[in-house]
Amino acid sequence: MIEGISIHHILTVTTIMFFIGAYGFLTRKNLITMLMSIELVLNAVNINFVAFNKYLYPENMQGHFFSMFIIGIAAAEAAVAIAIIINIYRNIHSIDVEDIEQMKY
Amino acid sequence: MEFSYTIYIALIPFAVFVINGLFGSKIKESFTGYLGVAGMVVATYLSYFTAYHYFFKVGKAVDGAYQKVIGFNMEWLRFTESLHIDIGVLLDPISVMMLVVITTISLMVHIYSLGYMKGDKGYSRFFAFLSLFTFSMLGLVVATNIFQMYMFWELVGLSSYLLIAHYYQKPSAVAASKKAFIVTRFADLGFLIGILILSYLTGTFDFNILCNPEGPAFMQSSSAVFLGLSTMGWALILIFMGGAGKSAMFPFHIWLPDAMEGPTPVSALIHAATMVVAGVFLIARLFPIFAIVAPNALEVVAVIGGFSSIFAAVIACTQTDIKRILAFSTMSQIGYMMLALGVSGYGAEAGLGFMASMFHLFTHAMFKALLFLGAGAIIHAIHTNNLSEMGNLRKYMPIPHITFLIACLAISGIPPFAGFFSKDEILVAAYNHNQIYFWVEWIVAGLTAFYMFRLYFGIFWGKEKKYDHTPHDAPFSMTFPLIFLAIASAIVGFIPFSNFVTSDGLPFDIQMHWEIALPSIGIAIFGIIVAFVFYKKESDLPNRAVASFGSFYKYALNKFYFDELYLFVARKVIFKRFSSPIAWFDRHIIDATMDGVATITNYIALKIKGLQSGQLQQYASVFVSGVLLLIVIFIYLISV
Repeated sequence: MIEGISIHHILTVTTIMFFIGAYGFLTRKNLITMLMSIELVLNAVNINFVAFNKYLYPENMQGHFFSMFIIGIAAAEAAVAIAIIINIYRNIHSIDVEDIEQMKY
Repeated sequence: MEFSYTIYIALIPFAVFVINGLFGSKIKESFTGYLGVAGMVVATYLSYFTAYHYFFKVGKAVDGAYQKVIGFNMEWLRFTESLHIDIGVLLDPISVMMLVVITTISLMVHIYSLGYMKGDKGYSRFFAFLSLFTFSMLGLVVATNIFQMYMFWELVGLSSYLLIAHYYQKPSAVAASKKAFIVTRFADLGFLIGILILSYLTGTFDFNILCNPEGPAFMQSSSAVFLGLSTMGWALILIFMGGAGKSAMFPFHIWLPDAMEGPTPVSALIHAATMVVAGVFLIARLFPIFAIVAPNALEVVAVIGGFSSIFAAVIACTQTDIKRILAFSTMSQIGYMMLALGVSGYGAEAGLGFMASMFHLFTHAMFKALLFLGAGAIIHAIHTNNLSEMGNLRKYMPIPHITFLIACLAISGIPPFAGFFSKDEILVAAYNHNQIYFWVEWIVAGLTAFYMFRLYFGIFWGKEKKYDHTPHDAPFSMTFPLIFLAIASAIVGFIPFSNFVTSDGLPFDIQMHWEIALPSIGIAIFGIIVAFVFYKKESDLPNRAVASFGSFYKYALNKFYFDELYLFVARKVIFKRFSSPIAWFDRHIIDATMDGVATITNYIALKIKGLQSGQLQQYASVFVSGVLLLIVIFIYLISV
């Protein structure tokens, strides 16, 4: 419980962060930028977890555990994603998402 | 005495077939021939051994009748508790007799082929198929049930097809093999339907149960009548249809003359001595049912047999290809056997026709194989089938000459050669049943003597023709079978056949019926004299005789246009009126429906395939919009 800041403020910030991330994911063409957008989405969710834990059930710790868990997974995911991006670059000399269309009909 | 070894009689030729068929190209060529002969020697020895033990040691039961012995049995397919198909060996007088005939003729033909096929390109293939045929034929005659018989029946048809087409580079041989296969297959359709009706009525395939006079075949009370015949009668007539196809009876005879395109040893083995009598054997195997349950069906057998015999004999008088003359002669003689079965009753003395038919089958196998092998020796020497290109060959080929003469005398029914005895019994049986049959067969006897001696004088006497090279006598491997079979043709008539093979297993004694034998000898000698006058020296007498017959001769020369008739029916009626409309329906209705379904699917797929663009962000936007849409629906439209 932080004085002067209600849960609504925090949720407003995280909602804005989430949609900035989603918008970035849908519009950016560079794979790295898309990855960064995904990080934004994940962090918005992290903040939500912590906020709900803090404001609604301060006696429990599950929200914190989930955040830690997501941060760990996100680090692993970023490593894998960057490895994939590097391999794509080696193969087609581009990291533009529109150039990666081998999987179409 | 255990008879379980009899299974090896059939299995040895099969093993030879497998070895020659699989490794024929790898092992030395001449070895395949010797392997075939060796296999047949063992099989022949085993079947003689079986015959000796069956007829003289253990076959007879207490009441003196020959029993059916199951030598070997194995359940193969079980459908229900009572309905199952077995594979086995059934020994009774006729199957033991057939074992002896088949192995003897097959052995002789194998030995003969060593010389005849020497240097042929398909030497090992030929011997492989010859063994396959022998295996199938042996399996057929020892069948314990009608289904096993049917399977081997088709196998002999297959091996006949393969062997007729031995010279497969020749279009006529290929056409002949297809014709033989298709015609017999068509007849076998009737056989199969007949088997199904018969087993439906009796609930069994087993010959032992079927032919038992207290069995279900005789007890079944189906009273359904169709066109004046009971269901059982129709079943038997359909089965006879299969037999008629295999035995080249009218109206399924058209394949047999063409089958002469095969190598001559094959004609001797398959199309003279063994496979073509399978039809006779089939009727004989089911004889108790024919005789007791459906005498009408048996009468049909007699009529078809009698008609075929005179029909073929007339055609044989006009042909010029020596193998075709022999083919028509075969058809005529099988007609004799069919007629003898048809006029026979069931029981010891009443079953004279049955015994005579089997006797004639036995003697005919010997002398007809001899005739074909002799003809083969001649063809081998002068490379033509045409009678008009032969003459005065007795100088060059003394052994074929003498043996051919013996065979001609035997088939004409001149005592003391084999054919006389069996033919006499057939005539007696026909006389006792219906005198019309007797007179028909009497005339056929005269025709037989005439055309056989026309052949004999035409080949060995008459004016000498120009040959490519001096005709050489056959090698020993070819003359040995000729001599062996000539001795057999001369003496097998003295076997007291009625002591061994009868319709119900009970032996009986036969007397000579001189009042019937003398007229038949008379007409045979008359036929020989006519042939002697016509063909001993070249003269214009045959031409004048031909002129006096006029158009009848032309019809006979063209085999009464049956080939043309069948072609007409097949092409103009069946193909044009039935097959092509059905083909049109198939192509334009059924295929078009399927094509339509495929085309529509294809069209739609082309239109919507753009959805799968491979663009990750398009997928993601669809996904996100979907989620948003669902949220809107759940929050505002569905009031929980």
